[in-house]
Amino acid sequence: MLKPVLSANWDEKDSFTIDGYKRHGGYEAAKKALAMDADAVIQLVKDSGLRGRGGAGFPTGMKWGFIPQNDGKEHYLVVNADESEPGTCKDMPLLMANPHVLIEGMIIASYAIRAKHAFVYLRGEVAHVARRVNAAIADAYKAGFLGKNIFGTGVDLELTLHIGAGAYICGEETALLDSLEGFRGQPRLRPPFPAIAGLYARPTVVNNVESIASVPAIVANGADWYQQFGTEKSKGMTLYSLSGHVTNPGQFEAPLGITLRQLLDMSGGIRAGHKLKFWTPGGSSTPMFTDEHLDVPLDYEGVGAAGSMLGTKALQIFDETTCVVRAVLRWVEFYKHESCGKCTPCREGTWWLVQSMKDMETGKATEADLDKLLDLCDNIMGRSFCALADGAVSPVASSIKYFRDEYIAHITNKGCPFDPVASTLFAGELA
Amino acid sequence: MFNDQDLAVMDSIISRYPRKRSAIMPLLHYVQSRAGYVTNEGIELISQKLEIESAEVTAVSTFYTQYLKHPAGEYHVGVCINTLCAVMGGDAIWESVSEHLGIGNHEVTADGKVSLERIECNAACDYAPVVMANWEFYDNMTPQKTKDLVDGARNGNPPAPTRGPNKLPTFKENSRVLAGLDDGLSNEGVSAGEASLLGLKLAKEGK
Repeated sequence: MLKPVLSANWDEKDSFTIDGYKRHGGYEAAKKALAMDADAVIQLVKDSGLRGRGGAGFPTGMKWGFIPQNDGKEHYLVVNADESEPGTCKDMPLLMANPHVLIEGMIIASYAIRAKHAFVYLRGEVAHVARRVNAAIADAYKAGFLGKNIFGTGVDLELTLHIGAGAYICGEETALLDSLEGFRGQPRLRPPFPAIAGLYARPTVVNNVESIASVPAIVANGADWYQQFGTEKSKGMTLYSLSGHVTNPGQFEAPLGITLRQLLDMSGGIRAGHKLKFWTPGGSSTPMFTDEHLDVPLDYEGVGAAGSMLGTKALQIFDETTCVVRAVLRWVEFYKHESCGKCTPCREGTWWLVQSMKDMETGKATEADLDKLLDLCDNIMGRSFCALADGAVSPVASSIKYFRDEYIAHITNKGCPFDPVASTLFAGELA
Repeated sequence: MFNDQDLAVMDSIISRYPRKRSAIMPLLHYVQSRAGYVTNEGIELISQKLEIESAEVTAVSTFYTQYLKHPAGEYHVGVCINTLCAVMGGDAIWESVSEHLGIGNHEVTADGKVSLERIECNAACDYAPVVMANWEFYDNMTPQKTKDLVDGARNGNPPAPTRGPNKLPTFKENSRVLAGLDDGLSNEGVSAGEASLLGLKLAKEGK
């Protein structure tokens, strides 16, 4: 049921070194790609069916194909390694254990889109990941895999690691580009899209770490090989991140379409003595699910049909000890904190969401306030500059949909009926 | 405070980019590596180097939470209080360590050794509750383990990160790493933690 490809060598002591990577055929795919016609590389990735692993699920090869060719302009590849969506924890272990697979993917992608300079935008709160990526880039330069005339093919590529400084919004691709240009990280109005006017107003591809890291295996094994994994429109394998009230949290690389029930069954289930209450399929910005959704196929279409989004495949699991109102309040506090302030529906709306949710959690609200909260959601959703504010609305609206009674209980009890100690992992120690 | 050597390092950082304004973020990290926070002197220097107004450097500096307006402790400790970590114990850890040290969010102990911050999701949710010290991972934390971490830090002997170098670097040392400079420690520590390897282990068992 599992299919480790990206994670296949993580259990080796030197998996993050260039020698550890080359031992498993590392950089052979890049050599193969650079011997191909660049358009053929784009076609291969299109044929594989690879879709973006950062949340939106846009076909990767199609994104590459949008870059205008022979336009006489510089082209850029920017890898989004700003992993910050609450619950999402796949790209950081990937880069810590195997940074070279990203570099190899970047060599291939840059060649395909005719970029001579590529960037990794890494979140700033992960010093050891920064060390590993930086060392991997240095080693790739030393080996002649980056810089001038790579592999002796006449192809040049500069690769720069850019390290962020703590701003969730920089995971939004146009805010990321503004940040990389040296400005406050605020989203841009689109169009123009980055494929036309991205970094320094030049044609730019922005891809997630996992998307680009998936490319070497596709080049090495072929589009047909990749197509055999996954479901009809969601091809290949991907990293699912299981966290929260489970017996054994962790990373699971599986073909798209696996279910939470299957993942729980193989990994030890919900923590002993408890039962599943709610979960996110792809981070806090994706509408929550409940125990009704254990058998939803975790692919782009399956999760969408069930009313949510596959997102980053960050499966955050909460058991019956968790107060859903407290959980959602904390998420909206996060979105308020991370709102960049550029547009009014988000800047003001997330502030009001926090006020309203606080009143809910502390029992100061009335039933009329619950309707007001939903009205507030309607006035934010789809009205802001980027998807951040939509993400803030998702947990509020979906939790009211599934747990309206729990909101009412806060109102009638005039306070939260839950004991927060019961949901910690060390309830005994605190008691 | 900045000498010729600093200026040479800053020039090398600027040279990584096609346009020099892009170097503003690593330069701010570099200023923190020398001063422990973003000083006015650092802002002036960056504005001269990049040929932009100092107000523009300040505008960028104040947008990003990792750039500090006041000196960090030698060991800057962040407790994740985003939903999943908070529910699983992050809130209890925060209360206990804040009370233990007698300091709140973005405050520093009187000896300048430890500062505390309530931090958002740090991409290690399979190791919740998570604590970061100078942006190194401390996985699966408890109130007691966090108190031990800050007590060790105050005595100059903090425990090693769970997934990181063998010895916890200082805030200034790690700010150099975030400026993109090599400290020679990339080979230290595990390739991956236990939770990262769970799926691979199960796959090898035929699942």
